[in-house]
Amino acid sequence: MTEIFGIPIQAFLGQLMLGLVNGAFYAMLSLGLAVIFGLLDIVNFAHGALYMVGAFAAWIMLDKWGVNYWFALILAPLVVGALGVVIERTMLKRLYGLDPLYGLLLTFGLSLILEGIFRDQYGVSGQSYSVPEALTGATNLGFMVLPNYRAWVVLASIVVCLGTWFLIERTRLGAYLRAGTENAKLVQAFGVNVPMLVMLTYGAGAALAALAGVLAAPVYQVAPQMGSNLIIIVFAVVVIGGMGSIIGSVITGLGLGIIEGLTKVFYPEASNIVVFVIMAIVLMVRPAGLFGKEA
Amino acid sequence: MKLKNVFAAGALAAAGLFGAATPAVAQISGDVIRIGIITDMSSVYADIDGQGGVEAIRMAIADMGGTINGKKVEVISADHQNKADVAATKAREWFDTQGLDVLIGGTNSGANLAMAKVAAEKKKPFLVVGAASSALTNDQCTPYTLHWAYDTTALAKGTGAAVVKQGGKSWYFLTADYAFGAQLQTDTSKVVEANGGKVVGSVKVPLNASDFSSFLLQAQGSKAQILGLANAGGDTINSIKAANEFGITKTMKLAGLLVFINDIHSLGLKTTQGMYLTDSWYWNQNAETRAWSRKFFDKMKRMPSSLQAGDYSAATQYLAAVKATGSDDTEKVLAHLKKAKFNDIFMKDGWVRGDGRVIHDMYLMQVKEPGKSTEPWDYYEVKQVFKGEEAWTTKAETKCALWK
Repeated sequence: MTEIFGIPIQAFLGQLMLGLVNGAFYAMLSLGLAVIFGLLDIVNFAHGALYMVGAFAAWIMLDKWGVNYWFALILAPLVVGALGVVIERTMLKRLYGLDPLYGLLLTFGLSLILEGIFRDQYGVSGQSYSVPEALTGATNLGFMVLPNYRAWVVLASIVVCLGTWFLIERTRLGAYLRAGTENAKLVQAFGVNVPMLVMLTYGAGAALAALAGVLAAPVYQVAPQMGSNLIIIVFAVVVIGGMGSIIGSVITGLGLGIIEGLTKVFYPEASNIVVFVIMAIVLMVRPAGLFGKEA
Repeated sequence: MKLKNVFAAGALAAAGLFGAATPAVAQISGDVIRIGIITDMSSVYADIDGQGGVEAIRMAIADMGGTINGKKVEVISADHQNKADVAATKAREWFDTQGLDVLIGGTNSGANLAMAKVAAEKKKPFLVVGAASSALTNDQCTPYTLHWAYDTTALAKGTGAAVVKQGGKSWYFLTADYAFGAQLQTDTSKVVEANGGKVVGSVKVPLNASDFSSFLLQAQGSKAQILGLANAGGDTINSIKAANEFGITKTMKLAGLLVFINDIHSLGLKTTQGMYLTDSWYWNQNAETRAWSRKFFDKMKRMPSSLQAGDYSAATQYLAAVKATGSDDTEKVLAHLKKAKFNDIFMKDGWVRGDGRVIHDMYLMQVKEPGKSTEPWDYYEVKQVFKGEEAWTTKAETKCALWK
């Protein structure tokens, strides 16, 4: 049998595929972070917690009111997006123009509170959320058996990433947004409501995190610490991609998922630090990240 | 420069997030019998022990009447955050300033090995309930440590041997990459090989890995019959989930080497049915355990784990010893505990061996099919009982100097 670096090509392709699946996930989560940092200059440490709240929202809707997965996919991001708007209006708004550290501390504190509330209510073992009926089963790709649900996750996150990129880089709304963050006063003078734009951006970032949470619910256990386990990697993705760069976080997310997947084959023990090793190297060579612009 | 600052702050915040702590709950000392429990209250093991463990000790105190020979009994508790140094510091503080009479060790082997040293130095009884490492009564045994509920040797002998006897000859391990996982894999491999099975491979998985599918595909590639899960808590839960999702369970049988009823509850029977596991206790064993468990359920809104029942037992037997000797003097109480027979909801005719191991029956259980479960939390069928010393380290194997 043909081999690549000592492992059968089939197994190699399988791991590549899995890396892509995880990478799609990283991409979608880091996308929300990048949008918020790029446009609001806030290091949103609450992103992981909002992702967790999204997953819990889906689970609670199903458990309490029988709302199925497909509706949850729309409703949970709306609910969490609204929560994001409230957070922005009541707290973050006061921090604009200050050192980004304040925003980081605030959002970090928020994430601890959110995590604590859910831990207190639901314990740490987490809740089980079933894969929706239509996506059960698996497809034999020849080199591996890919659960249909994971394929759907890849597809969904690619669509979301492309959609967000398009919205920000190619539409009039995106142009206002980009201009508003460059020079709010000037844009406001043209009659654009900049505070409203900023508020909606944070809400949309929160909604993106929640959407990832709903997509993750059937794959992982819906547990209070699910966000904090992931957020560190996602931050690394954003830093490597270049903070604030949307395209950077998407490409880096996918790439790192694949690299991490391959590390799991060749040297599993290192699989959870490989991302940080890459980050260190990238920051030495390109301090602004792969796709970032040096300020 | 700005980016660097932001990132440095991010890294600091991340360190804080992992160590997120709830403040320790400590009360003021008085002329009382004081029981302390230091366990994981906020992180991965909080459901299997945590507040439920503290509540079980409170139940033990209440069942003893709240006072022993006219002296009030109190429980104090703290969160060790799964950090050995936090556990040791707290234990030292309690012994030095709170007049702590006995320390009960909750989950996490690292934290317990550290607390055992402090208790031995302070010459106070240390009753380990939640930690698994067999080292506590083996190479690191002390005259003050009693190991109450279970250990890695018993888990290996239980599930390992039973699964080989059922025909699971070839094993592949998914092992948590730290001391506990390595010990569990080593102990289980010995048992598997002694019973005529063989270990074809293993993969070391970092603790708290977010995705297990990659490791599981490697396991599947090994063509082994049995996938041994030498991990715990959230890692076990997520690996079982992914094994089902990727159809691994169609070609391999899972053997959970450390699985608690809370893990089964959270995964559901559909995902876990048929799995073998070893535990020291099950709430739905008999009328006595059921009655106690329902009382616990009224308080905690979930059924007790074996560790919580073990906490109850440890506190009950300690208080019985204080009552019998009329003293909370360490030497007197320990001497009494070491010749007593323990009979409570957790064990029948239990006793303490020379190495500090509390000897009681262990159980091999199989998770029921969803159709056979008659109520929530009715999950296990007891398949085999390991009587008395059958489950534990033997005198020939021990490295404990006290028991030579």
